[in-house]
Amino acid sequence: MSSHAAAGHIDHHHDATTTTGIPHKKLFMWAFLASDCMFFGSLIATHLIYRLHPPAGTPDPRDLFSIELTSGSTFILLMSSLLMALAVNSIQKGNVATTRKMLIGTIIFGLIFLGGQVYEFNHFVHVGGLTLNSSVFGSTFYTLTGTHGTHVAIGVLWLVLMYIRTFKPADESNGQGWILKGVFHFIAFTALTVLSMYTILALIHVLQEGHGWGYYFSHHYLSFGGSIILLGVLFAFARQSGPVDFGEAQAIDVESMGLYWHFVDIVWIVIFPVVYLLEYIVLA
Amino acid sequence: MDQSIPKNDFIGHEEHAPAAKRSFLFARPDHKTGIVSWLTTVDHKRIGFLYGITSLFFFLVGGAEALLIRTQLAFPNSTFLTAQTYNEMFTMHATTMIFLAVMPLSAAFFNYIMPLQIGARDVAFPRLNGFAYWVFLAGAIILNVGFIAKSGLPDVGWFGYAPMTAKAFSSEFVGDMSTDLWVMGLQVLGVSSIIGSLNFLVTIINMRAPGLTMMRLPVFTWMTLFTAFLIILSFPAITIALVEVMMDRNFGTHFFEVSGGGLPILWQHLFWVFGHPEVYILILPAMGVISEILPCFARKPLFGYPIVVFSGAVIGFLGFGVWSHHMFTTGMGTVATAAFALATMAIAVPTGVKIFNWIGTLWKGHLMMRTPMMFALGFVWMFMFGGFSGIMHSAAPADAQQQDSYFVVAHFHYVLIGGSIFALLAGIHYWFPLMFGRKVSEFWGKLSFWVIFAGFNITFFPMHFLGLNGMPRRTFTYDGNMGWNSGNLIATIGAFILGIGIAVYFVVMVYTYFKGQKVGRDPWDARTLEWSIPNPPPAHNFDVTPKVHARDAFWYEKNNKAEVEAEKAKQAADDEAHGGIHMPSNSWFPIITAAGFLIGALFFAGHNTFDHTMSDLLGKDIHGWGVMGAIIGGVIMFFGAWMWSVEGPGGYHLHPTKADGDDAASSH
Repeated sequence: MSSHAAAGHIDHHHDATTTTGIPHKKLFMWAFLASDCMFFGSLIATHLIYRLHPPAGTPDPRDLFSIELTSGSTFILLMSSLLMALAVNSIQKGNVATTRKMLIGTIIFGLIFLGGQVYEFNHFVHVGGLTLNSSVFGSTFYTLTGTHGTHVAIGVLWLVLMYIRTFKPADESNGQGWILKGVFHFIAFTALTVLSMYTILALIHVLQEGHGWGYYFSHHYLSFGGSIILLGVLFAFARQSGPVDFGEAQAIDVESMGLYWHFVDIVWIVIFPVVYLLEYIVLA
Repeated sequence: MDQSIPKNDFIGHEEHAPAAKRSFLFARPDHKTGIVSWLTTVDHKRIGFLYGITSLFFFLVGGAEALLIRTQLAFPNSTFLTAQTYNEMFTMHATTMIFLAVMPLSAAFFNYIMPLQIGARDVAFPRLNGFAYWVFLAGAIILNVGFIAKSGLPDVGWFGYAPMTAKAFSSEFVGDMSTDLWVMGLQVLGVSSIIGSLNFLVTIINMRAPGLTMMRLPVFTWMTLFTAFLIILSFPAITIALVEVMMDRNFGTHFFEVSGGGLPILWQHLFWVFGHPEVYILILPAMGVISEILPCFARKPLFGYPIVVFSGAVIGFLGFGVWSHHMFTTGMGTVATAAFALATMAIAVPTGVKIFNWIGTLWKGHLMMRTPMMFALGFVWMFMFGGFSGIMHSAAPADAQQQDSYFVVAHFHYVLIGGSIFALLAGIHYWFPLMFGRKVSEFWGKLSFWVIFAGFNITFFPMHFLGLNGMPRRTFTYDGNMGWNSGNLIATIGAFILGIGIAVYFVVMVYTYFKGQKVGRDPWDARTLEWSIPNPPPAHNFDVTPKVHARDAFWYEKNNKAEVEAEKAKQAADDEAHGGIHMPSNSWFPIITAAGFLIGALFFAGHNTFDHTMSDLLGKDIHGWGVMGAIIGGVIMFFGAWMWSVEGPGGYHLHPTKADGDDAASSH
């Protein structure tokens, strides 16, 4: 499967070339995530300060929030962490094919979460009249959840690039051909993002309006079918051709990305109660 | 291609990576000399040198701004500068000195010295290291673009207090963008600092030579580690604060806008949660430098090494718990004020402990009064002085009197010039022979020290009295009847003496670089590992990875020659059996990615200014060019990062022989 698979057993928990046995990339990522904790901590603090003492005229978020929708997208995001963990697990065993499938799964779940957020933002602006400058609540809400969404989007982009990276041929002389293939991959992912975003938004819209699945499939079969076909194209494109420069030796790269992805999920586990659920606590 | 590469002077044999047929896109440049080698460098010593040169340049710029400020204040009712220009000057002076002079000059030492002290061949992420430097340069350009661009310079103070940074306070359209550029410049500098710090942290924890346990680390390396922690944990707060200002200004949010329910005091909290640890980011590296110099020139090991290390940790930790002492007069209530006053006073304990350790190091030492030692002793005295007035501020009632007066200006210049700058100037003197193989003349070095020392005290000592007599900061002029005339005149004269001292220092350095006295390896008879290698250091730092048996590892080596030689011979044979020393190749992508960063950030912050200027030049209305520029920058950045990630490890192998080391050592 991989040109490095024959290089011998790789101990994923100990790197003999470092003083501590921890790989550089893992230590780097942990330190970066510590930094990111302070980053989100400052944003969450900003939101909390204004929510605990809402200025006069602040709209009631309970009129806007759809806890069912946000809970659903939260569930999807947490499940994406499961797929990410499986991707790390596969690459540590040198199984590139499974790694790719799990990476695509993580990407799609990430996109579904982002779709939910796009729907939510659009809904709040157009139905609720909540904008960045309508109130401090709007300012802190969009900045906090938007920053988290940006982190997810960066994660998705990173996942896509990592996915393409798995096709780098073991023989470097095949460089140009691989780059061209990478460009096609990227275009396919961009098309998938656009189409799946439309599909997800339409689905959420239909379900939120209470029309049901039947209504959805009878009205949006084209976009839904298109997404499925595009996914098939992507899989067809991903068929193996020759040995690649990706395997156990690169497991640490996937693992660092996994740490980032799990961290973004964990931050959401803080943001979800602080921003959404807190509004439903009735104080005496 | 491989054959055309000139041989590195320091290297006996060199063997390039197997010449596989590679696409031109991934070919990593291998230039060893010339401009390309500098643009693509991944060598920590070269990057350290770049940091040093850039920060010293901005040190002179910041100094010139200070002289303009002092000239304006020399006489009452002066009209040398307008109030607007004065505001711009004190904003740029502080921003430049903190972010473009002291921090990067510390980073220069982190880069150059720290890997040598821990016996490493480079930092953990060499390309990222280059990227951090180029991003720093980008931030410096964005901050200073107002000197030539139509936006003008920022006039909000380095603290950028809300609501002064609000759109409503930017009267003219063009002057408007200066604050956006300031916000973006700081943001970009923050990115550089965090990336650099992550790199240093991983390097120190993961790349120590065998036997170099944490409690044997040189103190300078320890302080680098603490500084890295402080940067990693404090910069995100200012990042968020700056994001919120940016959104307030450009997207109409209400974070700090009172009319929309925002709280300007939130800015102060977020700013000082960063701003106070920043004080220690500026002084901890200086403490590290001093802790290297004093033992070397006192001919004794550092007194109470573990205490010096732990007090550094305590300072770093407490540094996060004292930010609100900057806000005593904001009115936080008695409980908060009392808590922060106590925590602030507590910081004096580990700081005082360090001072006593330095004095203990000097006690009964055989002091060699060379120039680095003079600057180091100047540091101990001046920093202690600044610390005393710091303790005075920590008492909230006293602070209420001193707040925003020249007393505060005197205090923090005593710790920032008398502290940080003196230590860094000492460090340049101390490590100059290592970097360039030449030594500064003692006469001229000491002369510059005394002029700087005198000028500094003449400038800032009178400010204590000016402050206690009520002279406020940040006011562009004053009335002649206030009793502040002579104090100000003395301070201004002192500032020019200080300027002359700095000028002498620089001229001496440049002269020494070209014509100074050549010295051999280890001219100070020093104690730490960086002195165990030839000067200037070869690209691969250590011919043989050192084994560490004690603190002051090199001192141990010098006193146990036979044992160490045997170890080295064994290690050299091992290295050779493993294919020699692997060195990373240079790369274009750090600078390309950083260039995309610069273009994107500059156009994003200054897009209105750009459209406005282009409209003027072309005589017709231009819209959207600035935004387009920002997008182009983003695309370049994305391209650079992607190519970076796939260009492959590259690298080549070195096989130093024993003769190489001997040659380099005896050639002087």
